[in-house]
Amino acid sequence: MENKAVREIFPRDAKKSYGLVELMKGASPIVRKEPEDTVYTWPNLIMIELICALLVTAALILLVQFEHAPLRSLADPSTTPNPMRAPWYFLGLQEILVYFDPWYAGVVLPGMIIVGLMIFPYVDTNPKGVGYYTYTERKFAVFNYSFGFALWWITIVIGTYLRGLDWQWYWPWSDKLAHMNPALVTLVPLHIVFVNLLHVSKDVAKGFCDVIFLGYFALGMLIPYMFMRKFYDSMGAGRYITFMIFFLSMMGVALKIVLRLLFNIKYIVVTPWINV
Amino acid sequence: MLEKMKEKVVQTQLFKSVFRHGYPDNELNQAYVVFSNIFLHIHPVKVRRTALRMRYTFCLGGITLFLFIMLAVTGIWLMFYYTPYTGLAYKNIKDIQFVIFGGNLMRDLHRFAAHGMVLFVWLHMTRVFLTGAYKAPREFNWVVGVVLLVNTLILSWTGYLLPWDQLAYWAVTVGTKMASYTPFIGQNGPWGAQLGVNPTNDLMFMMIGGTVVGQNALIRFYVLHCVVLPLVVTVFLAVHFWRIRKDGFSGPL
Repeated sequence: MENKAVREIFPRDAKKSYGLVELMKGASPIVRKEPEDTVYTWPNLIMIELICALLVTAALILLVQFEHAPLRSLADPSTTPNPMRAPWYFLGLQEILVYFDPWYAGVVLPGMIIVGLMIFPYVDTNPKGVGYYTYTERKFAVFNYSFGFALWWITIVIGTYLRGLDWQWYWPWSDKLAHMNPALVTLVPLHIVFVNLLHVSKDVAKGFCDVIFLGYFALGMLIPYMFMRKFYDSMGAGRYITFMIFFLSMMGVALKIVLRLLFNIKYIVVTPWINV
Repeated sequence: MLEKMKEKVVQTQLFKSVFRHGYPDNELNQAYVVFSNIFLHIHPVKVRRTALRMRYTFCLGGITLFLFIMLAVTGIWLMFYYTPYTGLAYKNIKDIQFVIFGGNLMRDLHRFAAHGMVLFVWLHMTRVFLTGAYKAPREFNWVVGVVLLVNTLILSWTGYLLPWDQLAYWAVTVGTKMASYTPFIGQNGPWGAQLGVNPTNDLMFMMIGGTVVGQNALIRFYVLHCVVLPLVVTVFLAVHFWRIRKDGFSGPL
């Protein structure tokens, strides 16, 4: 990465034997530097930080006058609370458990979120938008970040307010003490839908599903490559493939949530080892 | 009169030995105060006037650091009254709540500062993202930041177990159960059983030191929460700040 060229304020000229000098307010001479608009960290910045720290302390002390740290009854391995809630910042992952098996929702997906966040600076090749807030100059990057975190926060809100006994869906006006009848919702793998609709054998339907699943990733990889060449060229093959794997997985999670909530689809792909 | 007293104090050997420079009311000493102080030298001596504007960083990273310091202080205070033993932990918390002077305040502060730290890490990350501050040459500092985010979450979660109440016990039971679904190294995970992984040798067993959350899990989480993770966070924080100074500030500084 090339450094920004240092702007020479008073360019030296071989023909001239004199240099430029400027008079300005200050207590010390500044040599070979432009007159700058700087202030001393002490007390200007230090005071802001001190005030900030005091305000945070005051806000916290005020808050704990009204809200207290919870303490339930003594841990009891024989009594499982219902519903059992994770701390709020993990509720998104707990909610995702409704849509995916634990190996994915609890292990692979969190791992992908962490790695996905880490690789962001390496796949974002847009040089614009450093040092100021902008949406128009980097729409796609902002979209990706917002989409990911919308998923994270929406699932947290669902997990906090819309889940009740047995982790069933409870509206704010539903009776929170009555168990929902789980038989009301029948979850089916996608291939069963095909079996019923198209009257094909189970194995053929499973084949369909595998094609749909792989096709989603294959087409997802291909379409921007074919039709948005500029986007591809700006990244290069390595960055493009890395980014698209994460991008398509993120979109896939959202898609699966919609399929599960609206059409009661439990799995897209069923294999003897893993189901997705 | 005050001016004279100040002059006297500043001239003493004691003051000079501690601060090595005069009172920071002139530019020379204002520079000295920042770079001769181990805590303040994290700052540059001078900053651009525009950097003082709050609307760029909103102090989010600074607040996160401050909450971490607050958590360390209240956390150490709580450690004096807490025993990581299943037979005592819950009673200790009750004592902190009802018997020990200031106990409730310290525990509440610790709890809410922890929530706050998770929230502010996220807000800070969002700010950094929206201002493009993670772009070259600052890519790696973003990665360090993600490591700090993950550590913050794990710190918060390991602390969750310590009160040894129903909330703690079951949140951690469910959380560690997830580890048993890890592919290849979890007893319930895909290809786990095929590889000979069982309840006594999988990832969950390693995390909680047994097949169920018990005394071993409590002591593990306690050591992680009070010693290991804060040290890890401190090291990564040092790297994080060091690199901000080395790579330069992204904004109008």
